[in-house]
Amino acid sequence: MRRSTGLLLVSVLGVSATACGSSEPATPAPGGAKAVTITVACQPAKSAPKERKAWDDDVATFMKAHPGVTVKSTDQQPCFDPKTFGPKLAGGQMETVFVVPVTNYADVIAQGQALDITQYTSSIKNWNDLRPDVRELVTKDGKVYGVPNVHYSVGLVYNRALFTKAGLDPDSPPKTWAEVREAAKKIAGLGQGYVGYGEYSGGNTGGWHFTQAIYGRGGSILTPDNKQAAFNSPEGKAVLQNLHDMRWVDNSMGNKLLVGWESLMMAMGSGKVGMMLGAPDVVTDVVNKFKGNVDDYGITGFPEAKASLSGGEAFMINPKATPEEAKAGLEWIDFRFNTVGKGRFDFARGKANGNPVGVPDNDVYGASPTGKAIQEDRVKNASLPVDHYQPYVEAAATIPPKAEPVHAQELYAILDVAMSGVLSREDAGIDELLADAETKANAMLAAKG
Amino acid sequence: MGILRRNLTAYGFLCAALFCFTVFAWYPMVREFVLSFQKTDLINPPTWVGLDNFKAAVADPAFGEAWLNTVEFTLLALLCGYAVPFVVALVLNELRHARAYLRFVVYLPVMLPPIVAVLLFRWFYDPGPGLFNQVLDFFHLPPLAWLDSSSTALISLVLVSTWMNMGSATLIYLAALQNIPPELYEAAELDGAGILKRIRHVTIPQTRLILLLMLMLQIVATMQVFIEPYMLTGGGPENATVSVAYLMYQFAFSQMNYGQAGALGMMLMFALLLFAAFQLRTTREDRA
Repeated sequence: MRRSTGLLLVSVLGVSATACGSSEPATPAPGGAKAVTITVACQPAKSAPKERKAWDDDVATFMKAHPGVTVKSTDQQPCFDPKTFGPKLAGGQMETVFVVPVTNYADVIAQGQALDITQYTSSIKNWNDLRPDVRELVTKDGKVYGVPNVHYSVGLVYNRALFTKAGLDPDSPPKTWAEVREAAKKIAGLGQGYVGYGEYSGGNTGGWHFTQAIYGRGGSILTPDNKQAAFNSPEGKAVLQNLHDMRWVDNSMGNKLLVGWESLMMAMGSGKVGMMLGAPDVVTDVVNKFKGNVDDYGITGFPEAKASLSGGEAFMINPKATPEEAKAGLEWIDFRFNTVGKGRFDFARGKANGNPVGVPDNDVYGASPTGKAIQEDRVKNASLPVDHYQPYVEAAATIPPKAEPVHAQELYAILDVAMSGVLSREDAGIDELLADAETKANAMLAAKG
Repeated sequence: MGILRRNLTAYGFLCAALFCFTVFAWYPMVREFVLSFQKTDLINPPTWVGLDNFKAAVADPAFGEAWLNTVEFTLLALLCGYAVPFVVALVLNELRHARAYLRFVVYLPVMLPPIVAVLLFRWFYDPGPGLFNQVLDFFHLPPLAWLDSSSTALISLVLVSTWMNMGSATLIYLAALQNIPPELYEAAELDGAGILKRIRHVTIPQTRLILLLMLMLQIVATMQVFIEPYMLTGGGPENATVSVAYLMYQFAFSQMNYGQAGALGMMLMFALLLFAAFQLRTTREDRA
């Protein structure tokens, strides 16, 4: 009896272990070529069954079209997590194809954590249609380390429903900071819990948004040689003064400090925040992850913009990948992410799945033939009013992008202090906060060499 | 051989414990020590950099604030987290009724996952609909900014930490109190000692060793405060709640500077070792 129970257990474990494989094995490689298995990041979570099925369908189609290649997907959320990135690479658990946000390009490339794919770029689909300034972000010393996947500039995300409720015209969003202040006052005046303008103050997000704001006003975080801080400037003061006045003079920013990315996103999704700085992907995330009503949101150009902080992400290849794995990984990127009308650009499928199609959340191809074809397809299959985003599209085309400063995270941590200072203390001395941050930043830059 | 066979079970347990300590405690400590003298990206072979990581950690703008905040947090946490559980244990020890129920209630927060407890307090501290400001409002008192002001953020974290951890300390004190021979109290009563004199001359001397042990454990634990600033304040506002452990996390996982994080970790460990050695020596001298 005991023996048969043991056999049953072994059989069950055996079957379970077999069932754990995430993909069907590859069809044999033609001509006896070496079979290759790659792991790819960013499979949608089980909580998004339609998106996950679309992904799995793409994996099956890809494997059918690429005999000998087996694709295994991972669904870690978020796709890129700095906490696990290094240990995963060191432990040999990093996917063959992984995603990196623009904030981390410099660190990942500098630390040799991504494969040099220069030799493959000639075979990457639509490579020459990618915006040159975006390709430049994944290039160091003439070598290419990634395939840009998403790119966007910062604008002003606003809640059209709240604009209407506050007696503002949602089709004429603010174009200047003075207009932003006026609109914020009216929205905050709707009653308890309404916030006219939301802003971050901690967890490095405060410094990140300070950078967005100072770039928009024409300022810089660092001097051109990256040796000294440059944010203690009229533009930097204007950023903090404006926030201070909205928080303490107008009382239009609520009374709660927002720490970490999800805090403001959650507030925006609740439908009680009027405006925030952000890219179009804010709308996608607010709708998909924070239950926002897609019809309520619009986005316009950054007020009085002179430049815009670049945002986005790129796919990179594991530096430990073999040439066969790297080639297969890049073919997967081409199939799923670079083909008009397929994979992530299959807008008809996205619309059928109930995704918010029509948000101009990706300008990675700019005005190239590929970019135009994607935009036409997006508009054709739009599931939401694309005119809500037209002011942003028009503005973004004219605003020059600006990359993140070196040592971005260290600088953001320092600038968090200035942001939380003006948002938590009515008597905060802006000159003092900026001077203190400047001293700290210069000391950090000197120490880093 | 006979002794070995007789003690086989004990050796088995010892080996298991040694294995766990080696893998999960001693190896990481040695690894961190080595890491603190290296520059590594976890991919390419590390390079030895001498004391550069230590110098960089000390030069970080938040280094001084992190240590000051951590010491302040520890002192405040001792004030609340050391005295309050002892008083609660004394009260529980004196109760004749509902003792088991109250013990359970006091211990309940320890059973909550720390993340849940911290999120609960995030709502308590909300400046708008939060429980604490609602209570203040009920008594016609002005609202407080709690986590959103640099003057109240740290003490707000201390309250969370005390609430989360006092259950364990209370039960340990209670166990120590229940081991005090009752005849000592009877003798003190016959000598005319009131409750305060009984506590001073019987309870405290009899629980002295436990009190000293708990003092050391609590200081070691609170100096490593991380989850409260990580979850509630992100080290702000204005770095008012950035702790040494939180700064280590920032070095390692925001800045991907594992060597610098290791160096700061070594500094913290060294400080705690010094304190523990001093405390053990003082205790030993007292007992001698």
